[in-house]
Amino acid sequence: MPQDPQLRSHGHALRTPLLALGIGLAVLVLGLATAGYPPLPALAALWRGALGSPDAILSALLPRAIPLILIGLGIGLAFRAGAFNIGAEGQFYAGAIAATWVGLALGTWPRLVAVPTVLLAGFAAGLAWAAVPALLRVRFGVLEVISTLLLNFVAEALVSWMVLGPLQESKHTYPQSDPLPWAARLPQFPGSRLHLGLLVALCLALALWLFGRRTLAGFQLRAVGLSPAAARVMGGVRPERFFAAALLVSGAFAGLAGASEVSGTTFALFQNLSPGFGFTGIAVALLARLHPLGIVATGLLFAGLEAGAGAMQRDAGVPAVAVYVVEAVVILTIVLADPAARRAGAAATDPASR
Amino acid sequence: MPAALLTLTAIRKRYGSTEALKGADFSLARGEIHALLGENGAGKSTLMKIAFGLVQPDGGRILVDGAEVIIRNPLAARRLGIGMVHQHFTDIPVFTVAENIALAAGWPPSGRGLRDRVRRLAEEAGLPLDPDALAGELSAGLRQRLEVLKALAGHARILLLDEPTSVLPPSEADTFLGLVQRLRDRGVATVLITHKLQEALAVADRITVLRAGEVIQTGAAQSERPETLATAMLGTAPARPAPRIRAAVGEVVINARDLAIPGAAGGGTGIRNASFQVRAGEVVGLAAVEGNGQRELLRALAGLARPARGTIQVTGPVSFIPEDRTSEGQIGELSLTENLVLSQGRAAPWAQHGWLDWPAAGRRAGELLERFDIRAPGPDVAAERLSGGNQQRQIIANAMERRPRVLLAENPVRGLDLRATAEVYDRLRRAAAEGAAVLVHLPDLDDLLDVADRILVLAAGELIPMPEGAGRDLIGRTMLGTRGQAAAG
Amino acid sequence: MDLLETFLTAAVRVATPLLLAALGETIAERAGVINLGIEGAMLAGALGAALGATAGGPLLGVAAATAAGLCISLLFAVVAVRFRANQIITGTAVTLAAVGLTGAIYRDAYGAEGVGLSLPTLGILPVPGLSRIPVLGEALFAQSALTYAAYLLVACCWWLLYRTSWGLGLRAAGEAAEHARASGVAVARVRMIAVLIGGALAGLAGASLVLAQVGTFAEKMTAGRGFIAIAIVVLGGWHPVRVALAALFFGAAMALQFLFQSFLLGVPYQLFLMLPYLLTLLVLAGAWGRTRAPGDLGRS
Repeated sequence: MPQDPQLRSHGHALRTPLLALGIGLAVLVLGLATAGYPPLPALAALWRGALGSPDAILSALLPRAIPLILIGLGIGLAFRAGAFNIGAEGQFYAGAIAATWVGLALGTWPRLVAVPTVLLAGFAAGLAWAAVPALLRVRFGVLEVISTLLLNFVAEALVSWMVLGPLQESKHTYPQSDPLPWAARLPQFPGSRLHLGLLVALCLALALWLFGRRTLAGFQLRAVGLSPAAARVMGGVRPERFFAAALLVSGAFAGLAGASEVSGTTFALFQNLSPGFGFTGIAVALLARLHPLGIVATGLLFAGLEAGAGAMQRDAGVPAVAVYVVEAVVILTIVLADPAARRAGAAATDPASR
Repeated sequence: MPAALLTLTAIRKRYGSTEALKGADFSLARGEIHALLGENGAGKSTLMKIAFGLVQPDGGRILVDGAEVIIRNPLAARRLGIGMVHQHFTDIPVFTVAENIALAAGWPPSGRGLRDRVRRLAEEAGLPLDPDALAGELSAGLRQRLEVLKALAGHARILLLDEPTSVLPPSEADTFLGLVQRLRDRGVATVLITHKLQEALAVADRITVLRAGEVIQTGAAQSERPETLATAMLGTAPARPAPRIRAAVGEVVINARDLAIPGAAGGGTGIRNASFQVRAGEVVGLAAVEGNGQRELLRALAGLARPARGTIQVTGPVSFIPEDRTSEGQIGELSLTENLVLSQGRAAPWAQHGWLDWPAAGRRAGELLERFDIRAPGPDVAAERLSGGNQQRQIIANAMERRPRVLLAENPVRGLDLRATAEVYDRLRRAAAEGAAVLVHLPDLDDLLDVADRILVLAAGELIPMPEGAGRDLIGRTMLGTRGQAAAG
Repeated sequence: MDLLETFLTAAVRVATPLLLAALGETIAERAGVINLGIEGAMLAGALGAALGATAGGPLLGVAAATAAGLCISLLFAVVAVRFRANQIITGTAVTLAAVGLTGAIYRDAYGAEGVGLSLPTLGILPVPGLSRIPVLGEALFAQSALTYAAYLLVACCWWLLYRTSWGLGLRAAGEAAEHARASGVAVARVRMIAVLIGGALAGLAGASLVLAQVGTFAEKMTAGRGFIAIAIVVLGGWHPVRVALAALFFGAAMALQFLFQSFLLGVPYQLFLMLPYLLTLLVLAGAWGRTRAPGDLGRS
C-alpha cells in the first residue's frame, strides 16, 4: 500500500535521535569529568531541574518547551523547503517587541480579544522580520543563511534600544519594559507558570503535520527542498515561492514564540529574553528530523535539558552554557547519521537554483 | 603483431548485484588505434576507467610495457603515460585553456612560461588552440581538442578516448577522427571507445567487441563486416526499425512567432529569431549542436522560461521530458508514487481541492508500472533505485499521464542502451499517432532522421526549417552555421 | 593627531580581525566550502588568546589562539568535508559548540561573569619612515604586528591561489569538484587543508580582536564578526586583494560608530551598533550577481 514517506521507516526513525542524544550526554559527562566537576551530582541536579518534581515540570520544563516547539516547527518547515533560516533568534525578538508594544497599549481591551491580538502582533512582526531575507534571496540572490544571521544582531540591538528608550519602564531605571497589563497576558494554569501557549503550539504542530502529510502544497514544499530544479521542471511549481513562503512562516512562528514568551512567561521585554532559543530550535527541528509531531517531543526534551542545566549551575556550579555543547553534538551526530540531512544543503546554497 | 603497450587481463568488476566486467581481456599495441565497441552498459567505460585508475578492479592484472602495475588513481596513470578523454567535458569552464592544461598536467599555473609550454604542446600534437581562451567559451570541437591536449600534457603515449564524438556535430566528428589518426602517426596509441560501428570501421586498426562485460571478439578492422560486428555487439541479429505509421496531421498546436529567448546563465546562445508551427500528429526533430538554443527553446515552449520577444501559442496540456533525468526529470529520493503526484500537480484526481488521496495515487502508479513495463518492486520504491532505462520509462509514463497535446523531449535517450533507446523512440511515435504534437531534440542526427517526420535546425540561435526529405549532409552543414567555421581550423 | 587620523587608525585596527578571518574564509570558499564555523573558530581564538596571554604573555596568546581556531575548524572539516555533511548546518553547530565551550571554560577559568579581565596586549610597532606618511601613514603603519601579518597574508593568499599548482587545484576543486577529481586533484584533502587554514586565520583574528583591539575577553565577544567576514568574502568577489579592500571598508564602517557616537549625542547608540550589519546586507544586495561565486560552493 502506498504510504506517506514520513512514516515509511518507522523502525529507524528513533534510532538516530536516541544515538545523537546519547552521544551528546556522553560528551557532557566526559566534559564535566575533565573539568573536575563530579558528574553524578551534576547529573542529579540536571534531573531535579527537569523532572524532579511536579513544579519543575509545570513551571520550568513545560513553559520552556513552548518557544522551543514553536521555533522548532518553523525551522522544520523552512529546512524542509531548503531555506536555511538561522535567524529565528532575531525573529523571536521582533515578535517579542511587537507583542510588548501592542500589549502595553491594550490594557483596556477584553482579554479574549487582547491576547489574540498580542499573539497576532508577534506573528506578523516575525513574518516581517523574515521578509527581509526572503526578499534579499529571491530578488538579489543573497544567501538567506547570511542575511538571517546578520539580522539577529540587528534585532538584539533593537531590543536594547527599546528597553532603554521607547519601551523602557515608567521609572526609567531598569533596562526593561513595564509589565504587560492583565488583559494582554496568556492565561496560566493555576499554581504554575505553564500557560496557554502550549495549547497553541500543540495545535500548530498538528496543523503542520496534516499540511505535510495530506496536502499537495505540503508535498510540493518538500519536493522543492529536495530538488528545486526537478520541482520546477517536472512538478511545474515555482520553487522561489515555496522557498519564500516557508521562510516567512518560519519567521512568523518564531515571532509568535516571542509574543507567547512575553505574554505568557515574562510579562515584560528585556535584553537576553532569549537564552538562544533560535539556535536551540535548530537542534530541536533536526533531532526530530523536521517532523512536526517529533518536534513536540524534542522540544520537550531540550526544554528539560535547559531547565536542568539551570539547576546544574545553581546546585553544582556547572556553567549552564555547557548545554550548548550538548546541542551542537546532537546536531552534528544527526547530520552525520542522516544521509538526507547530509545531502540537503547543496540546493540551499546554490544561487542558481532560486 | 607489435609488442603490447597496455594489457588488461581477466578484469572483473562488480557494482552491487550487477557484474560490469566478467573477466575481460584487452590489449593495445604500439602505434595503433584500437576501437572498443559495445552498446551502452557493455562495460567499455568501466574497463577504460580501470586502466586510468578511476575505478579499482575486483580482479585481474594490468601490464604496461610488459610489466605488471597497480594504477591507484589518475595521477599514477599519468605517470605511466596514460591519458584519458572522458565522455563529457571535464574542463573547468571559468579557467583558461592554459590553466586547464596546467591543472591536468600538474604544471605551475603562472605567466608566460606556461603559455609557451601550452603552445608548444599544442603544436607538437598538431592541435592548435589559444592558451588564453576561456574553456567555457570554446565551441564543442575546440573543447574536445582541449580535452585531448589535457590528456596528452603529461607526455602520454596511451590515449583513452571515451565516446569522443558523442558531443560533436557530424562534420566536427569527422575532423576529430582525422586528428586521432594524425596522433597515431606521431606515435600515440589510442583506445577509441564507441558504440558507432561506422566510426570504428573508419579509423581503427583493430576492433574489440565487448558485450555484457565479456569480450566477444577481437580482430583486425579490415577483415570485419558491419553485420557481424552488430551481431557481436547485440547478441542477436539487429532488430529492424519498426515500420513508420504516419498519423493524420491535425491542427496547429504550437505556434511560435518572432521568438527571442535569452541564453541560460550557463552560457548558451539562446534564441535570436524563431518562427514555426507544429501540428498535432507529427514528430518534429530539432537538430542542433550542443548549446545552440535548443535547451532554451524547449524550455520556453514548456512555459519554464519567458521569451524576451515574440509570441508562443501552445495548446495544452504540455508535457516536457528534460534531458537530465536525475536532476530535473525526477526526484530520486521520492517514491514512484510521489514522483507521479509531483508531476501531475493539482489537476490529478487524487489532488481534489489540494488534499491528497495517497492510496488512489499509489494505485495509479501501480497501474503505470504495468502499462509502461517499468521493472520495479512496487510504486513505493524510491526512483533512484531503478535502472536508467526504467527511470526513463517512469518519466515518460508520468509525461503521458497528463494526456499531452504537446510532448517536448530534450534528448530523452541519454545514457540508455540500444533497446531502451528504440523503445523511447517508439513511445514518441506512438504519442504522435495518438494525436499529440511531438517536438524532440536528439544529439545524434541519424537517430533524429529516423524518428522525425521533418527537421528544424537551430544554429547560432536562428531557426531554419529543412525541406521535407532533406539529406544528412545538408542538415549537418546547416547545423554548423557560423559556429562551425570557428572550429574548423 | 587629528580626528581623521584617529578615525583611520581605528578603522584599520577594527578591520584587522575581519581581514584575517575573511582571508581564511576566502581560501576555504575558493575550495568550495562555506564555513559558518569561523565565527566559532574566531571566538575560540579569542579565548585562546586570553588564556595564553594570561599564562605567558601576548605571543603565547597568539599561538594559543591559532591553535584554538585550528581545533574548532578541524571539527568542522571532519564532519563537513571528510563525512560530507551539510556545510551550513555543520557550521552553525560548530559555532554553537564554540559558544558553549568558550563560555564554560571562561567561567571556569576566570570565575563568574561581570569581572573585567585586563590582559597584556600587543604593543604598537610603528614602521620607521612609513608611519610618517601624512594622513595614511599612522593608520596603516602604526599598528600591532598582527596587522602587518594580515598585509603579508593578503599577498601570501594571492600567491597561493594564483601562482601555485596547489592553488590551481584548490580553485578547480571549488569550481567543479568532479572535473578537478578527473584531473587528479585530491579534492577532499585540498578542502580539508583549506578549511584548516581558514580556521587558523580565524583563530588569529580572535587574537587580534583580544590582544590588539579590546584587551579583554567576554562571552560571545566576536558578536558575528565571523559572519561579517563571510559577507566580506562575497563583497570582495572571492579575490584576496579585493577582500582586503572590502574588509577595510567594513573596518571604517564600524569605526564610524565611535565617531558618530561622540558627535550625534541625541541618537541612540544602538542604531550605530546595527549599522555594520545593515550595511552588510545592503552591500550584499548590490554586490550579488556582479561577482561570481565558485561553482561548487557549498556542495558537499
